[in-house]
Amino acid sequence: MIRGSHPDSLLVIIPAFNEEGAVGQVVEGIHRRVPEAAVLVIDDCSTDSTIAVARAAGAEVLSLPHHLGLGGCVQAGYKLAWETGFQYVIRVDGDGQHDPRDIPSILEKLQSTGCEMVIGSRFLQSNGSRTGAVRSLGIRFFRAVLRPILGKTVHDPTSGFVGVNRRALEVFKSSFPLEYPEIEALVVLQRKRFRFEEVPVKMHPRVTGRSTITALTSFYYIVHVLLGVFVNILKYEHRRRRPATGGPGGAAKGD
Amino acid sequence: MDRLLTVTSAISIVLLVTVLFSVRRAHIRAEYSMTWLFASFAMLVLSRSRGLLDYLRRAAGLPDTPLALFLIISAFFLIMFFRFSMIVSRLRDNNIALAQRLAILEYRLQSLNGHEK
Repeated sequence: MIRGSHPDSLLVIIPAFNEEGAVGQVVEGIHRRVPEAAVLVIDDCSTDSTIAVARAAGAEVLSLPHHLGLGGCVQAGYKLAWETGFQYVIRVDGDGQHDPRDIPSILEKLQSTGCEMVIGSRFLQSNGSRTGAVRSLGIRFFRAVLRPILGKTVHDPTSGFVGVNRRALEVFKSSFPLEYPEIEALVVLQRKRFRFEEVPVKMHPRVTGRSTITALTSFYYIVHVLLGVFVNILKYEHRRRRPATGGPGGAAKGD
Repeated sequence: MDRLLTVTSAISIVLLVTVLFSVRRAHIRAEYSMTWLFASFAMLVLSRSRGLLDYLRRAAGLPDTPLALFLIISAFFLIMFFRFSMIVSRLRDNNIALAQRLAILEYRLQSLNGHEK
């Protein structure tokens, strides 16, 4: 069983739903680049052989009993990471978009700055990552929406290549957005007065599968995420402000 | 107007009987049937009491009685739908938390079994 036994313990979580074509390479890539990290694939009730492929590649597998969607899947990984004592968790997508070579720079940023979240951004430096026109427009839109809320620009708010430390884990194990979690998670952290940083990363075209956000579902995505952002801003949580260096406050929703 | 009130009464009686039978067969839990029973009973009372309906119409400043009946019943059901949306949301949150807990416990159990072998 995975266990975060030392002070810099890192768990790499890979949420996966029908990713048999790519998850093996992703796990092997992580083992090659970050051999000291534990790797956990969270299988969101795949109907293909994702679990077998992930295990064969050397990953531990947390298998959900029914399909929860991305947010529920990632949160399950955060819960297990919290309970097994990991200090840092980095989420990598199971479709091969994220390059394991960028994991050390995300971890280094988490450790050196002490911030609660580090986002792997494909827009921080020109690195050859390509984004579709609709998605690019959406990213610009959310960048503008989030700027006044977060107090600083987040260049790649939809990036799923994200690292968190244990303080963020404590919040996310109780309160984590279930659908399209990337943007809302930033607002959840902002409400706790937590800090985030970005590091430049390279993203590849996905090896298998398709994005859940298509041109047709973009409108639903924008409305859903906007609503989630504003609900999180308005959410009532005992109006006790967290001091700058203290622990996180109560969670909005728990189990 | 009389025909409208008669039809409303008939619908509310059918609803009332359906809910009572559903409770009896345990198709709906008693605590959730209360809202439906209350709504169908209120529909029945309003459709049988012209005086009360006229009083509510005047109090709301509405021009005619059928519109008042429609609005009052709609308001009842909107409140009910909202209440059930809250219940469904809570159930979904609980369901997700349970599924995650089950997965974590299963993972821990498999790890323990693996160590024992």
